[in-house]
Amino acid sequence: MNNDQYLLAIETSCDETAVAVIKNETELVANVVASQIESHKRFGGVVPEIASRHHIEQITVTLEEALQEAGMTLDDMDAIGVTEGPGLVGALLVGVNAAKGIAFARQKPLVGVHHIAGHIYASRLEKEFEFPLLALVVSGGHTELVLMKGHNDFEVIGETRDDAAGEAYDKVARLLKLSYPGGPEIDKLAAAGEPVIDFPRAWLEEGSFDFSFSGLKSAVTNKLHNAGQKGEEFRPEDVAASFQESVVEVLSTKTKKAAAAYGVKQVIVAGGVAANSGLRARLLETFQETGQELLIPPLKFCTDNAAMIAAAGAVAYRQGHRAGWDLNAHPGLDLEEYGKRGRN
Amino acid sequence: MNILAIDTSNYVLGVAVIKNREVVGEWVTNVKKNHSVRLMPAIEQMMRETDTSPDELDQIAVAHGPGSFTGVRIGMATAKSMAFALNIPVVGVSSLEVLARQGTFFKGLICPFFDARRGRVYTGLYDEEMNVVMEEENIDMKTWLERLHDMKQSVLFISQDESAFREMIEQELGERAVFPGAAHRYARPSYLALSAMKKPASSLHTLMPNYLRLPEAEQKWLRQKEK
Ligand SMILES: [Zn+2]
Repeated sequence: MNNDQYLLAIETSCDETAVAVIKNETELVANVVASQIESHKRFGGVVPEIASRHHIEQITVTLEEALQEAGMTLDDMDAIGVTEGPGLVGALLVGVNAAKGIAFARQKPLVGVHHIAGHIYASRLEKEFEFPLLALVVSGGHTELVLMKGHNDFEVIGETRDDAAGEAYDKVARLLKLSYPGGPEIDKLAAAGEPVIDFPRAWLEEGSFDFSFSGLKSAVTNKLHNAGQKGEEFRPEDVAASFQESVVEVLSTKTKKAAAAYGVKQVIVAGGVAANSGLRARLLETFQETGQELLIPPLKFCTDNAAMIAAAGAVAYRQGHRAGWDLNAHPGLDLEEYGKRGRN
Repeated sequence: MNILAIDTSNYVLGVAVIKNREVVGEWVTNVKKNHSVRLMPAIEQMMRETDTSPDELDQIAVAHGPGSFTGVRIGMATAKSMAFALNIPVVGVSSLEVLARQGTFFKGLICPFFDARRGRVYTGLYDEEMNVVMEEENIDMKTWLERLHDMKQSVLFISQDESAFREMIEQELGERAVFPGAAHRYARPSYLALSAMKKPASSLHTLMPNYLRLPEAEQKWLRQKEK
C-alpha cells in the first residue's frame, strides 16, 4: 500500500500562471511558471485585465507541462489545490475555475489556499519548520510579521498601516525613472551607492510591530524635488542606497525585536522583496548574532509560484480543509481566518 | 455521444447535457449573480439529475464570447480544464451564434446583439440556415443599422438589451424590424451543444475567448503611440 500523498496546485493571483506538483508536503516533483512580466512592462505595472487574459491563454499549457515534468497523470493526484486569495479577482478566477474543473472532472478533493500562507510555506521546501516561528512577509502588496505556533496557525502581530514595502520600492523606482519591476533595479543601484541621505525611519509607537512606508515615500519625493529646484543633484545610486537603507533597517530591527519578544526558533523571510540582496544580507547578519535560525527561500520561490501553494495546500489538505464546488476567488482573504479553517 | 454545454458569457448561466442528440437536461438562469460561485454546483446537479458521470462525457461545448470578459473566462477556464482532465475535445461556439439560434423558425435575417456600452454593440448577422451573413464585431449600433437598412430584408433582433436600442432600430428599419417575445431573448445551452456538434473540435491550448475588444489599458496605449 502506497501512502505517498500527491497534490497538484495552481497559482494565478497576479501575473504568473503557475502549476506545481508536490509529494508528501515538502518534495517538489514539478514546478512550472509562465511569467507575463514582459506584457506588463510597457504599462509600468500589472494591468489586471491583461493578466487575466494571459492566465486563460496559459492555463492548460502550464497544467500539461507540469504533469509532463512530474511524469505523472491526474490519476496520481490525491487532491487539487488553488490560490483562492488574496490577489487580483479576475486573475484568481481563472485559477479557481480551472481547479474546480479538474477536481470535478476527476472527482478529486479541492483545497483553497491563501497566497501569503504559500509565501511562508515556500521555506518549508528547504527546511522543516520548528515552532514557534516568525515570518516576515514583504511583497508588492504586503508587509507583515506573522507568528506561527503550529501548522496553518497564523497570528499577524504586525502589519503595514499604509503602503507595503514593495509599493514604496515601485514608487521610488518611478521617481528614479527605472524600468518595471522597480524593486530589483533599486537593489542593483543601491549596491553601487552610499547611504549618504538620511531618510526617515518610521518606528511608530514603542513596542509596535506595525510598519509605515508612506512617510518614507514622500520624503524621497520631496528630497528629489527640492534638490532639483536648487539645481543640486543626487547620484541615483546614492538615492537608492539611502532609501534601501531606511527600509532594510526598519524591517530587520522590527523583525529582530519581534523574534526576541516571542522567543521564536526560526525566522522566515517570505514574498517578492525577500529576493532583495540588501535585506537578505542584513537579516543574515542580524540573526547570526541572535542564534535564531533564518530561512530565506531561494530566489525562484520568493516571486510568485505554485510550488509554495502546493506546499501550503498539502498541509491544509492533511488537516482536512476541503473547498466546495461553490469555491470563489477571495481578493481580500484574511490569513488568520484562513488558518482556522483547516484546524476546526 | 454525451455533451456538456457551458455558457457564462453574459448574464445567462446555462448548463445542458445532451445524450445522442437528445437534450436530457437544461438549466438556465438570468440573474445578476456570481457565475464563479454558481457554475460548478449547477454542473454537478445537472450531471447528477441526468445520471451522467464526468468520465461518460465525450465533449464539452462552451460559449467563447463576446460578452462579459470575466464571465467568458469563467466558462472557458471550466470547460478547458474539464476537457484537459478528461482528455476529450472542447468546442468553442460564438455567444452570438448561440443566441441567434433562438430565431430558428424565422424566415429572414437574424441579428443577435449584446450591449457594449456607449452606443456600441457586439453583434453579427445570420441567415435562416445559420450561415454568417456579416461577421461579428464590436460596432456603433447606428452604423450597423445603416448596413442592415441597405440589405432590404426583414431582420429578427434577439437581445436581452432590446429595450435600450428598440427605438433606434425601428427608426432605421421600420416594419422590417422584428422582435421576438421575452422567452426568446436568452441564449439556451442546448443550442450551444447542438451548434458545437456541427463544428470541428477546437485545439485545447489555442481555444481562446473572443472578446471583440482590447483591454482599456491597451486601447489607451495604442492611442498614445499614434500621437
Ligand atoms: Zn505573492
